[in-house]
Amino acid sequence: MDTIFTRGPSLNNRLALAIALSVLLIFVDHKLDGFKSTRVYLNSLMSPLQYLANLPGLLLSESAQRLTSHQVLLAENERLTNRVLIMSERLQRFELLQSENIQLRKLLDAPVKPGMRKMVAELMAVDNNPFSQQIVINKGAIDGVFESQSVLDDQGIVGQVMEVGTTNSRVLLISDVTHAIPVRSLRNNIRFIASGSGSLDELYLEHVPHSVDIQEGDLLISSGLGDVFPEGYPVARVKSVIHNESRPFASVSAQPLASLDRLKYLLLLWPLSEGELTEDEQGTTLTGQAVGDRK
Amino acid sequence: MLKAHHYAVPISIIISLVLQIMPLPIQADVYRPDWTLIVLAYWTMALPHRVNVGVAFLTGLALDILLGTALGIHSFALSLCVYVLAANYQRLRNYSVWQQAIIIGLISSLYHLVVFWLQHLLTDIYFQFEYLWPVVTSMVLWPWVFWLLRKARRQFRIL
Repeated sequence: MDTIFTRGPSLNNRLALAIALSVLLIFVDHKLDGFKSTRVYLNSLMSPLQYLANLPGLLLSESAQRLTSHQVLLAENERLTNRVLIMSERLQRFELLQSENIQLRKLLDAPVKPGMRKMVAELMAVDNNPFSQQIVINKGAIDGVFESQSVLDDQGIVGQVMEVGTTNSRVLLISDVTHAIPVRSLRNNIRFIASGSGSLDELYLEHVPHSVDIQEGDLLISSGLGDVFPEGYPVARVKSVIHNESRPFASVSAQPLASLDRLKYLLLLWPLSEGELTEDEQGTTLTGQAVGDRK
Repeated sequence: MLKAHHYAVPISIIISLVLQIMPLPIQADVYRPDWTLIVLAYWTMALPHRVNVGVAFLTGLALDILLGTALGIHSFALSLCVYVLAANYQRLRNYSVWQQAIIIGLISSLYHLVVFWLQHLLTDIYFQFEYLWPVVTSMVLWPWVFWLLRKARRQFRIL
C-alpha cells in the first residue's frame, strides 16, 4: 500500500484548490451565466445516469400496466370515449368561435393571433433538491426544444424550459422561488405578477395595492407580456386575499391550476409566425411526432 | 478481463449517484439518505490515498449537473466534508460502527448546512427542519453500507 499523500499536493492544498475552484464555478455559473452552452454537453454527458435512475420506476409502471385487469381497462376506455365525445363537441363550437373571432379581428383591423405548434413530452424525473423545483422531460435539442419555451399540462401552465440537453431538458416550475410569471385576471383584466413561493400549491401575487379589485376564486391567465409565455393560458386561481391596512400591499396567494405534484404528460408549445397557417397544425397536433423545426 | 479492483470504487460512486437522483414518491423523498456522501465517506476512511478531496470535487460536480444546481455548490460541500474525514481517518477507523454512524450524522448535517448556506446566498430560500431528515436516515444506513462496502473491498482486494 502507498503511504498516504506522498504524491501530489498535500491534503490542505487540495482542499484549498477544490474550494477555490468551487467558488469560482459558482460565481461564473450563477452570476455571469458562463456555462450556458457547456451545460448542454454536460447534461447530455450525464443523461445515461438519469435514464438509469428512471429505470426502476419505468419497470414498475410497465408491470403495473401489464397487470391491470380487463374490467379496469374497459372502464377506462368508456371514460375516455365519453371524454373525447364531450371534447369534440366543444371543439366544434370552438372552431366556429375561432373563425368568428378572426373575422371580427379583421374587421377591427387588429392582428390575428397565430396558433401554436404542440408536442407531447413525458416526465422523466423530478428533482429531489428541496431548494428548487425542477423537472426533467424526455424531449431535447433534437426535438427542437429551446430555452425559455413554455410547458403546459392539461390544466394550465407548468413552467418554462431552463436547460436543454440533447435528448432531455430541464423545466423550471412556476412555483419555484426564482420564477415569476406575468398574469392577468380573467374577470377584469388587471395585470399582476405571480411569483413562486417554493411550495407546489402556492403562488404569491406581489405588489397588489389595497384598492385593486381582486377576489377569491378569480382566474388568472397568462398575459403574454414579457414574451416568454403565450397569452391566454390559465395559470392559477386566487386562493386568499388578505387586506392588512398596516402593510403597504395586500397579500394575495393563488393556487396553480396545473397539478404540479402529479405531472405525467406535458405539452410543449412552439409559437408559429403569422405566415404559417393553422391548417397544417391540425394534422400534427398531439400526435407527438410533430417535427420541431422552428422557422 | 475487467479487473474488479480497479473499477469497484468508480462503480460504487456511480451507483450512489443513481440512488441519489432516483425518483421517489413525495412522502419518501424528504427522508432520502445522502448516498453519495456515505459512499465517499467509506472510501475516504478505507483508502485515503485513492479517494479524497479530488474525487469528492469531481463527484460533487456530477451531482450539481444531475440536480440542476449552480455548478460548484455540491462540489464545495462534498470537498469540505471529505477533507474533514481524510484528515482524521486514522482516528475514525478505530471507532466502532455505531460511533462512526454518529460522526457520519455530524458530517451529513455539515453537508446539508453548507449546501443550504450556499443556496441561501444565491436565492432567498428559508430554512426548514425537514431539510435535516437525511441526517437521521444516513446515520441509520451507515452500518449497512459500511458492511456491504467492506465486504466488496475484501472480496475484490481493493487497496
